[in-house]
Amino acid sequence: MTSSKKKTIFTAAVLAVLLAVCVVVDMTLPSYHIVVVVIKKATVYSLVAVSMNLLNGFTGLFSLGQAGFMLLGAYAYGVLTIPVDKRASVYQYFDGGAIQFSLPEIFSGALGDTVGTVVGMLAALLVGGILAALLAYLIGLPVLRLKSDYLAIATLGFAEILRAFFQWNTLGPITNGSNLLKSYPAFSHATPYVILAGLMIAVIVLLINSTYGRAFKAIRDDEVAAEAMGINLAHHKRLAFIISSFFAGIGGGMMAMYMGTIAAAPFKSTLTYEILLIVVIGGIGSITGSILASFLYIFSSEWLLRGLDAGKFLGISAPSVFKNGFRMVVLSVIIMIIVLFFRRGLMGDKELPDLLDRRPKKREKEAAGK
Amino acid sequence: MSENVLKIENATMQFGGVVAVDNLNLEINRGEIVALIGPNGAGKTTAFNVVTGVYQPTNGAVWFQGEKIIENHPQGKMKKLYKGQHDGEYTHVLAPTPDKVTKLGMARTFQNIRLWKSQTVFDNVLIAKHCRSTSNVFSATFRLNRKEEAAQREHVAELLNTVGLYDVKDELATSLPYGKQRRLEIARALAAEPKLLLLDEPAAGMNPQETDELTAFIGEIRDKFDLTVFLIEHHMNLVMGISDRIYVLDFGKLIAEGTPAEIQNNQRVIDAYLGVADDA
Amino acid sequence: MQAILPYVINGISVGGQYALIAIGYTLVYGILRLINFAHGDVFMVAGLVMVYATTALPMYVALPLVLIVTVILGFTIERVAYKPLRTAPRMSVMISAIGVSYLIQNLAFYITGGVPQPVTNPIPWISENVTIFGESTKRVTLVTPVLTIVLVFALVYLINHTKIGMAMRAAAKDFETAQLMGIKINAVISMTFVIGSFLAAVGAMLYFTNYPSVAITSGGMPGLKAFVAAVFGGIGSIPGAVVGAFIIGLCEEIIKGLGYTTFSDAFTFALLIVVLCVKPTGLFGEKVTDKV
Repeated sequence: MTSSKKKTIFTAAVLAVLLAVCVVVDMTLPSYHIVVVVIKKATVYSLVAVSMNLLNGFTGLFSLGQAGFMLLGAYAYGVLTIPVDKRASVYQYFDGGAIQFSLPEIFSGALGDTVGTVVGMLAALLVGGILAALLAYLIGLPVLRLKSDYLAIATLGFAEILRAFFQWNTLGPITNGSNLLKSYPAFSHATPYVILAGLMIAVIVLLINSTYGRAFKAIRDDEVAAEAMGINLAHHKRLAFIISSFFAGIGGGMMAMYMGTIAAAPFKSTLTYEILLIVVIGGIGSITGSILASFLYIFSSEWLLRGLDAGKFLGISAPSVFKNGFRMVVLSVIIMIIVLFFRRGLMGDKELPDLLDRRPKKREKEAAGK
Repeated sequence: MSENVLKIENATMQFGGVVAVDNLNLEINRGEIVALIGPNGAGKTTAFNVVTGVYQPTNGAVWFQGEKIIENHPQGKMKKLYKGQHDGEYTHVLAPTPDKVTKLGMARTFQNIRLWKSQTVFDNVLIAKHCRSTSNVFSATFRLNRKEEAAQREHVAELLNTVGLYDVKDELATSLPYGKQRRLEIARALAAEPKLLLLDEPAAGMNPQETDELTAFIGEIRDKFDLTVFLIEHHMNLVMGISDRIYVLDFGKLIAEGTPAEIQNNQRVIDAYLGVADDA
Repeated sequence: MQAILPYVINGISVGGQYALIAIGYTLVYGILRLINFAHGDVFMVAGLVMVYATTALPMYVALPLVLIVTVILGFTIERVAYKPLRTAPRMSVMISAIGVSYLIQNLAFYITGGVPQPVTNPIPWISENVTIFGESTKRVTLVTPVLTIVLVFALVYLINHTKIGMAMRAAAKDFETAQLMGIKINAVISMTFVIGSFLAAVGAMLYFTNYPSVAITSGGMPGLKAFVAAVFGGIGSIPGAVVGAFIIGLCEEIIKGLGYTTFSDAFTFALLIVVLCVKPTGLFGEKVTDKV
C-alpha cells in the first residue's frame, strides 16, 4: 500500500469514528447535556477558526475582521428564519419588522414540514455566507492593499463599524436595533452541526490543497517571488479574503443557531481575539490543529475548568479564589504560555495524516545512525 | 534580421535624487544569451526590475516580442534631467504588475534567492505553474481540473529531472545546499513557460566548479526550451563563456556593448572596473 | 455657534485624553513596529486602580500610586510578553499582544466580578464646575488640554535633549544598528513602555472622571481610537499622534452634537480606512519602501 493511500484510509477512519461517537452521544444524551453543548459550540468554533486560518495561516493576511462577518451571518440567519407569526412579538418595538416571510416556512410549503424547514435553515445560512462574502469583496477593495498590521487594524475597525450599524435604530425593522432576535428554528442535536461544519471544512481543505491553495501559501511565504512567478496578488488575496469571510458568515449563522438568541454584543473584537488565539494554539497553518484547539478550548472553558468558577476544582474547595472569572484567567495564562514558549502550537503546520509519518522517519534516522 | 525579443528604449529610473538607470537602450534577439554587467551599484538589478514590472520607469518603454508592454512619459520630476529630449515620444502609461509580465512570457530568478520556504522542492516548481492554469477557484477546489493538474505535475517532474533535482523533490526547498537552491530557482522560472529568462546573478556564491557547471547548464536549457536569456553576473568566466553579447552599465549609464572579445578590450570598461588613477 | 461650543470644548478635552494614550502607541510602534494591543487595557487598569485607590487612600497617596502601578504593569508586559519574542516574526509579537489584552481583561473581570466599578468623584478639584465663554463645564475639560500640552513638551524635550532620548531616536531609526553601536536596546524599550504607560495613566485619571464607571471593556474603544489617532498623525511621530488625537476628539464630539451618536465610533474607523488608503504614512509619517 502506498503511503498516500494509507493516509487517506487513516484519515477516513478517524473521521468515521468521530462521527459515530457524535451520533451515539446524540442518541443517548439529552440535547441540553453539557457534552452535546460542548460539541455544538466547539464545532462552530472549529469552522470559524479554520476559516480564519485559511486567511491568517495559509495566505499570511493578518485580518481581524472575523467577528464582523460572523455577525452578518448570524443576523442573516435570524432575520430570514424567524417564523412569521412570531415576528410581531420579536420585533415588538418595530411594528413586527419589515420582513414578513421566513425561509423555512416557504420551503415547508413546497417540500413538506421537516425537509422544508431544514432546507430553509440551510438556505438562510448560505445567504449569510454570501452576504459576508459580498461585504468582504467591498471591504477588500481598499483594505487588502495594506500591509500586515495596518490590515489587522483596518479589518478590526470594519467589524466595529458593522456592529454599530446593526445596532442603529433606523435599521430596527430589519435588525431589531439593540434588541434580541429570537424564536428562530435551530438544530437541537449535535450531529447536524458536526456534519455541516465538517462539510465546510472539507471544502476548505480541498481548496488549500488545490492549485489556488498552493498559490496562497506562496503569497504567505514570499509575496515578491509569488508575484514574479505570475500570481496576481490582488486577485488571490481578495479570493482568500472572500472565501474566508464566506465561511465565517456561515459559522456566524451556526453560532446564532447554537446560542438561541442574536445580539450584536457577543460579536466584539474579543470574539475575534478568542478565535485567533485558538488558531495559534492549534498551530498557524494546520487545519487539524485549529479543530483540535477549538475542542480543547471549548471543552476546558465550558466543562473541565468550570469548577474554577464555582468554588471547587479537583476536590479543592476555595470559594474565595475559585470565583466567577477565574477559569478564564487560568485559560488565558495557558494561552500566553503557548504563545510565548510553544509558538508552533499543538500541530505546527502538520495535519492529521502527517501523524503517520513520524515513526517511519524516526526509524530511517536510526538506520542512518547505525 | 533576427527576431527581436526584448527592447528597452530610453529607460530611466530615478529614485528621488538618484538616477539608478539613466536613459538605457538595449535589444535582445531571439535565442541570444545577453549579459548585463557592471560594478556594484551600477543599476543592473534596477534594470531587471523595470523590465519585469517591479518598478515603473520614470521615463521610457519596454518592448517584448514586438509589443510595447511598459511605457511612461517624463512628467514633472523628469523635466530637468531630460528637458525636451523625449517630448512626445511616450504619451501613455503602461504599468503592468510583475505577474502580468510573467504571464506574457518572462520569468526571472532573484539575486538573493527567494524560494518559498515552507514548500517542498516539487511544490516550489508546481506553484509556478499556477499562472498557466486555466482552472478557476471553483473547478480547482472540486477537482474538476484533474487532467490539467496531472499534466502540470508530469511537466514539473520532467523539469526537475532536467535540472537534476528529481531525487530531492520531497525535501524542503530551503534544506537544499546553496547551489541546488539556485538551480531550483531556475527550474521554477522555467515552469512558468517563459520565452525570455532573466537570471539575476545566478552564480553568486558559487565556487569555480559549480560556476562551470552552471555555465554549461544555461546553454543546455537555452537550446532545450528554445529560450532567450538575459543575465546579470559578476563571474567573468561565466559571462565571457556563454554570452553572445554583453552590455556594460556604470552609474546607470550604458558605457559599452559588444561581443565578449570586444568588451574585454574596451578601455572604458576596464576603467569602470578598475577605476582611473587621478593623475593619469 | 453657541450650540456647537460645548461640543468643541469637550472635543478638545477628549482629544487631549486620546493624545496621552496615542503617544504610548506611537512610541512603541516607532521602535518595535508593534501595535501594542494591550495598551488600551493598561489604560483601563489605570482607571480601575484609580477607583480602588481613591476610595481607600487619601488623594495625595492614591494618585501617585495609580501612576506607579500602571508604569509597573506596562514595564512587566514588555518584559514578559514581548522581550522573549524579539527575534520572532512580527505576527507572533502581535498575537502575543492580543493574548496580553485578553489576559488583562479576564483578570480584570475576575477581580471586579464583571461589575463596572463606579467612579465616585476621585479628584474633587477637577470635577468642580467652571464657566467658560458662558458655558458651564467641569474643570477637567480645561485641565486636560493644558496638561496634555505640558506633558508633550516635556516628552519632546526628553527625546531631543537627553541621552536616553537620543538612544530612543536611534533605535527608532534603525533597531539593529543602534544595538551594534552599543545602545542598550532593552533599556530603551523598557523606557518607551514606562513613558507610554505613565501617560496612559494620566489620561485614564482625566478620562474616567468624566464617566460614571470603569468596566473591563472601557479600555477597548479609547484604545482603538487613540491608535487611529496615532496612524492618522503618522505612526511613529509624536506631534502627529497629538494632532491626530485632537482632530479625532473634535470630530467625534461634533458628530455627537449633530445627533449621530451611534456613528461617532464608526466615524473614527472610517477615517482610519480612508487615511490608510489615501496616505498610509499619515500626516507626519515617513515613507518606508521594500527592497526587491
